[in-house]
Amino acid sequence: MAQNEQTSTSTRKISTYVSLIIGIVMALAITAFLLAAYLAYTGSTATGSTRTGDYSAAGILAIIGLIALTMSSFTLFQSRRQVAEMKIEIPKVMTTVECRKCGTKTVREFQRGDFVYKELDPCPKCPDQKQMLTAIYKEVKEKEKTYSV
Amino acid sequence: MSLITGSDSGTRLLFSLLAVLPVHLDQVSSNQWLTYISLLSYVFFIVLIFYGQRIQMYVMIREVENSLHKLKYIKEEGRKITIEAIKEIGKPTADPSTRVDRFLEYFTIAPQNMDPAGIVYKLDHILDVRDDRMKDEVKLMAPASDEVQVNNLENTLEAAMALNFIYKVIRHYYIQGKKTLSLYVIMQIQMILPMVMKEAEAYASALKAFAYGQPIGDGAGPLVAAKLMHGYETRKLQKDCVMATVPFAGRTALVIKAEGPGGNVGKPGDAVETVIEENEGKIGMVVMIDAGLKLEGETVGEVAEGIGAAIGGPGVDQYKIEDKLTKYKIPIMAVIIKEDIGDAVSPMRKEINDAVDPVIERVRNVVLERTKEGDKIIIVGVGNSIGVGQ
Repeated sequence: MAQNEQTSTSTRKISTYVSLIIGIVMALAITAFLLAAYLAYTGSTATGSTRTGDYSAAGILAIIGLIALTMSSFTLFQSRRQVAEMKIEIPKVMTTVECRKCGTKTVREFQRGDFVYKELDPCPKCPDQKQMLTAIYKEVKEKEKTYSV
Repeated sequence: MSLITGSDSGTRLLFSLLAVLPVHLDQVSSNQWLTYISLLSYVFFIVLIFYGQRIQMYVMIREVENSLHKLKYIKEEGRKITIEAIKEIGKPTADPSTRVDRFLEYFTIAPQNMDPAGIVYKLDHILDVRDDRMKDEVKLMAPASDEVQVNNLENTLEAAMALNFIYKVIRHYYIQGKKTLSLYVIMQIQMILPMVMKEAEAYASALKAFAYGQPIGDGAGPLVAAKLMHGYETRKLQKDCVMATVPFAGRTALVIKAEGPGGNVGKPGDAVETVIEENEGKIGMVVMIDAGLKLEGETVGEVAEGIGAAIGGPGVDQYKIEDKLTKYKIPIMAVIIKEDIGDAVSPMRKEINDAVDPVIERVRNVVLERTKEGDKIIIVGVGNSIGVGQ
């Protein structure tokens, strides 16, 4: 069995609908940034209350642009992650081969036809004793969060 | 604003806005910009008041749709893996795809329960017929397969069937929600979706395990029983179960498990009934060992003991065991190895495999405390024996 074999689809992509929405929001965010930059520029050349007003408008537009850009980037990232997650992960399964006489233990990858308590060829150290499969298992690296409760 | 006056259609308004916006940018003061923004906020607020729920529903529909795409992919992969396994193991002369597709749509009708008297035996009969029919179908699909491989392929097909069913149910609610635009239809499915997806992913990883004949988490009970009976003579019991008489802590243990290494849960209810009757009810105790669902926060492979018949499924076996125990007043103890649904149907985790010795120790303690020397006890390893010999 191949190690960490994975099957995935290459045809599945992010839907055009989602891409369109993300594109529009990104374009609007960039427009808001451009307007903010423009107002900041006019603010620097203006005087008095106009100058203060231009700066605050530029600030608001920049914040709106930043929020819109962050949200659209996050949605894009999420959509890409969902596509990437669409896989069936085949775990690596190990088999323990043991000699009951000399206690020698070897761990190898699972082969089709293996089952617990299957007798194999004689042990290399003890020719009168057949080796046996004593365990078949997968090892999982825990990804779960731990909670202090 | 003078810009929008005179436009009579939406398109013209948009184009005229776009055309004049850069020209008028320098004429719009910063205060005006702030007014537009606050105006836009009011519009946004009003839209949210009237259409908030609808927007929320579209978000939910979208979420369900994404999961549905994933379920469809998993279901199709399941079908593909099953067909490949049948072709590889069973060496069929014709393409098994059509037969597999037909098999995936199989259903079982539960007996009528208006008059519940005798329903257990009716259900038992229906399940027997279903099991025989499935095995016959697999034999037809995979003529070159032996008894063990038939059982493994049957399990693979059942996992593919479960995936197909999950996909169809979710799709049903999704389409119904879209048709009716009812928040509550969509909400129901969206709320249980994380659990459904977890189960579907578990079945997906079980497919290869079944096809290759690897032990699964549910096989914890049979694994303990196999360790106890290994090296002793076994005899077959009905149906698809084996039993060995083993000396255990100064008592005689009659150890029962489903026959392995094929994918098989057997009928422990019938097996326990038979053994109790053979011994005329003179049994000191019955100990059942099974995989138990863990709660979030509990550790995989944790061992716990309790009282009662530790056996899942449709309830037929539990009923039969409880019936016989009540008749002869035999005490029953249960020892479970904790795992979640994903672990139960996917290849056995090391933690579960390592729990075998602690379980045997726990059973030994229970037996020493609760029975007398020389007593006969029954130890049943409940679960799927796939990949576990005896």
